[in-house]
Amino acid sequence: MQLIARGGQGQSMALTTMIFAIIVLFSLLPMIRLLQEVILPGGTFSVEAIRSGLGDPVVWRATWNTIVVGLGGTVVAVAMGVVVSIIVTLTNIRMTQTLILFFVTPLMIAPQVTALAWLQLFGPSSAFLNALGLAPPLGTPNPLYSAGGIIALLGIQYAPLVFLILRAGLRKLPRELVEASQAGGAGPFRVIGTIVLPLMTPSIVGAAALTFVSCVGNFGIPAFLGIPANYLVLPTLIFQRLAGGGPAVLSEVAYLSALIGVLAMAGIVLQDYISRRRDFRITTTSLPIDRYNLGIWRLPMEAAMWMLIAVILVLPMCGLVLTSLVRGYGVALNADTVTLENYSFILFEHSAARRAFVNSLMLSITAAVFAVFVAVPIGYLITWGKQRWIRWLNFAIELPYALPGVVLAIASLLLFLKPIPVLGIQIYNTVWIILFAYLARFLVLAIRPTVSGYTQLDRTLEEAAEIAGASLFMRLRTIIFPLVAPAAMAGGLLIFMTALSELTVSALLWSSGSETIGVVIFSFEQGGDSKYASALSAVIVAVTFLIMLGVNSFSDKLPDGVLPWRD
Amino acid sequence: MAGLTIRNLSKTFGEFDALKDVSITVNPGEFLAVLGPSGCGKTTLLRMIAGFEHVTSGEIDIAGQVVSQPGKQVPPNERRIGIVFQNYALWPHMTVAENIGYSLRVAKVEAPEIKRRVDDALALVNLDGMGDRSPANLSGGQRQRVALARCLVAEPKLVLFDEPLANLDVHLRASMEDEFAAFHERTGTTIVYITHDQAEAMALADRIAVMDHGKLMQLDTPQTIYHRPANEMVASFISQGMVMPVTVTGAESDGYCDAMLLGQPIRLNCTPGDGPRDGAKICCRAEHVRIAQADSDGIDGHIKRVVYQGGTARIEFVPDADPETSILFDQPDPQPFTIGNRARIQLTGGWLIPAQSAD
Repeated sequence: MQLIARGGQGQSMALTTMIFAIIVLFSLLPMIRLLQEVILPGGTFSVEAIRSGLGDPVVWRATWNTIVVGLGGTVVAVAMGVVVSIIVTLTNIRMTQTLILFFVTPLMIAPQVTALAWLQLFGPSSAFLNALGLAPPLGTPNPLYSAGGIIALLGIQYAPLVFLILRAGLRKLPRELVEASQAGGAGPFRVIGTIVLPLMTPSIVGAAALTFVSCVGNFGIPAFLGIPANYLVLPTLIFQRLAGGGPAVLSEVAYLSALIGVLAMAGIVLQDYISRRRDFRITTTSLPIDRYNLGIWRLPMEAAMWMLIAVILVLPMCGLVLTSLVRGYGVALNADTVTLENYSFILFEHSAARRAFVNSLMLSITAAVFAVFVAVPIGYLITWGKQRWIRWLNFAIELPYALPGVVLAIASLLLFLKPIPVLGIQIYNTVWIILFAYLARFLVLAIRPTVSGYTQLDRTLEEAAEIAGASLFMRLRTIIFPLVAPAAMAGGLLIFMTALSELTVSALLWSSGSETIGVVIFSFEQGGDSKYASALSAVIVAVTFLIMLGVNSFSDKLPDGVLPWRD
Repeated sequence: MAGLTIRNLSKTFGEFDALKDVSITVNPGEFLAVLGPSGCGKTTLLRMIAGFEHVTSGEIDIAGQVVSQPGKQVPPNERRIGIVFQNYALWPHMTVAENIGYSLRVAKVEAPEIKRRVDDALALVNLDGMGDRSPANLSGGQRQRVALARCLVAEPKLVLFDEPLANLDVHLRASMEDEFAAFHERTGTTIVYITHDQAEAMALADRIAVMDHGKLMQLDTPQTIYHRPANEMVASFISQGMVMPVTVTGAESDGYCDAMLLGQPIRLNCTPGDGPRDGAKICCRAEHVRIAQADSDGIDGHIKRVVYQGGTARIEFVPDADPETSILFDQPDPQPFTIGNRARIQLTGGWLIPAQSAD
């Protein structure tokens, strides 16, 4: 008897091949190229790059500084994130959704914008302090130009990350575990100390590792706060060397970026080790914990929370906006001196800024759209695929994002310094190399929400279409895409927001004509034009916040857990 | 030509044998129920017929065409079958009409023709005029009917039902059962109906395949399954049959044989050629139990439990001859027993479970 023809296998093969090609191109190829440069520069095994790196005291100092600000930032972020998530999740304070939205906003704002905003708040030229008459005399250094400043801002930048992870964990904590402890006579602090925090160890450790990796790889904050004080960390050292030496020093900076990769990996491995030793897997599902009634302490607690928001978000943003309204360095801001010239300059006059708007919009929209369309089939394979290599697939996609952006940027440089073989196309020194790096780096931001969309989707919906005769592509188009599109698009928006003011990758890959908004802000600030940098940053912050609010308004239609700042 | 033929089908997941050497033939137009406790392999069987799972060994034919063999699989979308899913699996982003017309759209049927056939299907399940509704705005029973309409509009060769009534409340179940029966009568489609509910299987099926631990236990009409269970599992699974050891004293003649049960002679139904052997067991049901008059022979014992069931009470009786055994029977109101009472019962018959082939 003859088996009837099978078209379905062909489509499945085509899909798998396409996804495989994307993974190879955007994840494996850059990483392999980087490793090759470190171990086998020029095709022969050599430890020369490593040896010269080991002998360089500047590298040692930068490595040490990286570890210091990495750990310091992690400690600040974890402390703040844990306290806030416990207060917001476990007590009966009001307006939690709004509070969360504001608390998470620093995570959505590019690090260099955060840095810039804080600088405006404190320095001698601070429009804010000058308006209050509190500014230090001109000529004194900004107190944020220091390791302490970097650590504080890294902490503020990544506290929301800890907050989000821990809050997700707290909401899964079965209420019975807490109620059993209460029935045993424990008061609120004892419950938190003996039940909640120990059970949350895996979440906290995981969040700490992620924060450490983010701090170690952060470029914007140490670039704005560290370079003026000559306090270098590895990402800024790479930037300086590359800016000074050009492609000739690629081999050397490849080693430095591998060093950052090693530091980041150490964080991840340590986290893995700790969470293996303390495996408190929560197996039951139940209602979330009853929130503690704060009684008369509710109002003071709410006031404290909003004070915190004022300090970490409102004040720096005020600093940013005030600076963007002054005519020049050190000019006190009052009704006579206020001006919108800076905005009209960056929006209409400055040609690089105009180009940067076009470039950044193009880059972030392309990266977002590409990621949405790729995330749907990849999420399909990750969630419902049966193949054994799926685990590796997930890992390979996470890698370019888990590793600091500097690493990927250097890998992209190495990969595309020479024209692409066979095709002969040169994308080095064009905007396309930035696009490549963005696609590689941000893909996972769309895949994560898409996968969580898939896991909330009933597979029988697809099987019903399969039974109705629909081929794989038909099912993807008519059933699966419409159902997971909201989740994938939320991911796309995250990518858009992140890529719009991205700096780390583009600072290393940009060239004249391919400036991004992040690069232009950085150039303004380095050239002493804080007012223009602030104006441009204020525009970006406004756009970001408007997008967040816009997405919020249709959050009812999204699957749970897709928007980071919504439950 | 059979509607569905399953030959020596086995399926292993890693170390676990989900199905072991199952062979079933379903005639065209037949309604077969696959019945078994959870974990018996019935869902795996359905998923293999549908093509969602590959076979480890054995073969599946649908309407005379091989669709599954080790290494050869016709994908589900080319099998021309229908499934009514337990949770309906209606696509939430499509209207009722779009749900029903999907398979026609996939088959590139012209739009007017799709509309006509969708309207016919809606009429057939009594949902006329509901085509523009969204599935979210329908009741459970209506959703089930949409699922049914979606399945029949493509005129499949074979329809699989995956526990379709498990999510409905008791009242709705009865009316949906009637609807499934009417559906089968109208369309004459071959149906495989997966369920763990024996009342459903008995009410609907031409034949029932009882499964347990991945094996086919018995494949017969509902009456045969009830009266002549092939083994202990079927006997005890169907209608809480009581399985007791028995001593067979005479060889079969005319379908009966004599035996001794708890010290009393009894005449049992049995298979041709059965006779005295070791380890013989019988299956009795509550209707075989009668309260004996005080002056007649019977099995003496006491009442262990009385469970009132509304109109009748289920009595648990423990015979003196074997305190490990319980005999269950029903008594209509007003029933005379309380716990601890002495009683004497008679067994009016039973089924001698056939000797099991060693495996």
